[in-house]
Amino acid sequence: MNERLLGLADDELVIGWRDSEWTGIAPVLEEDVAFSSIAQNEIGHARAVYRLLTDDPDALAFDRPLEEYRCAPLAELRLLDWAHTIARRWLYEEADRIRIEALMRDADPAVAGLAAKIDREEAYHRMHAELWHARLRDEPRFREAVRELWPYALGVLPPEQRAELAARVELGEVPAVERGTHTDELAELWEEMTSVRRSAPAGARW
Amino acid sequence: MTAPPVTESAVWAAFAEIPDPEIPVVSLVDLGVIRSVDVSDGHVRVEFTPTFLGCPALEAMTRALEEAVSSLGAEPEVEVIADDSWSTDRITAVGREKLRAAGFAPPAPREASAPNLVQLRTAVFRCPYCGSTDTRLENIFGPTPCRSLRYCESCRQPFEQFKTI
Repeated sequence: MNERLLGLADDELVIGWRDSEWTGIAPVLEEDVAFSSIAQNEIGHARAVYRLLTDDPDALAFDRPLEEYRCAPLAELRLLDWAHTIARRWLYEEADRIRIEALMRDADPAVAGLAAKIDREEAYHRMHAELWHARLRDEPRFREAVRELWPYALGVLPPEQRAELAARVELGEVPAVERGTHTDELAELWEEMTSVRRSAPAGARW
Repeated sequence: MTAPPVTESAVWAAFAEIPDPEIPVVSLVDLGVIRSVDVSDGHVRVEFTPTFLGCPALEAMTRALEEAVSSLGAEPEVEVIADDSWSTDRITAVGREKLRAAGFAPPAPREASAPNLVQLRTAVFRCPYCGSTDTRLENIFGPTPCRSLRYCESCRQPFEQFKTI
């Protein structure tokens, strides 16, 4: 199994799930719509990447034990305030862009082709993050949230891509919160995310 | 007596009758999401490109294509191609006119680079109701992944813009 692709797909699944938690309770209706749509796209990307790795994307997404997930801790965090939520979206999109651009040059045409498709969709997520970043960048609460989440954002990327991320977001490199360890919050999310599938009788179809 | 063999044009004609599940005024052929149809010995191979990867109608569209082929008495094989070969530029002229008539502004042409905020804010988008170009971006996102929300300053009507992909 390609660990880098699995990490990408798990990130997209889990952050999509976290984004969807704002459906119905975002501070303004426009953001309710935006976060729901972004979540749907991210989970769609996860499905497409899982399909490169397996014939049964649902099984790969939901039938693994917790410790086999390869998502970065940044995606897992349950963030309950808007400053942190926007800080994560902005940092995640900046990091995601760097790895997607690298995958667009992948030697495997299936990977490169899918990455190009994902990039076109992520462009709209980047615009959304860019608008919010421009609005909040001088707010102390937002700056504090970015500072807190920055070590997590570095952990989204492999070490060789981190200098580029630091340059893009104009922050200095610090020790990263690495992929491979999980936050306690993922366990709770996993329980919820897999509950329907675990409770369904074998062979159930939707 | 055996049925006459299925032809490629019969398959395309059947697909032209399949409405998009979310915007039923346009067909899957109007949307340009069917990349190829190959017919041989009663077997029909279809390459299908999703609009957005997270489109919830993906399975429904795949099934509709399979059923259309089966109803012609042929064996379907529908392959979903998840690459960058579909863009909104593939929506046909007929499809664009159907979208406009239903109150959706058709997508702007795709640029070489991925879309950005400057394009979204400065490109001319025409109101599908009154034709004015005095419109502004209201929300990058809309009721489905493929749509943005805009507002017409002339006739004061909100409308949906098909996103350029």
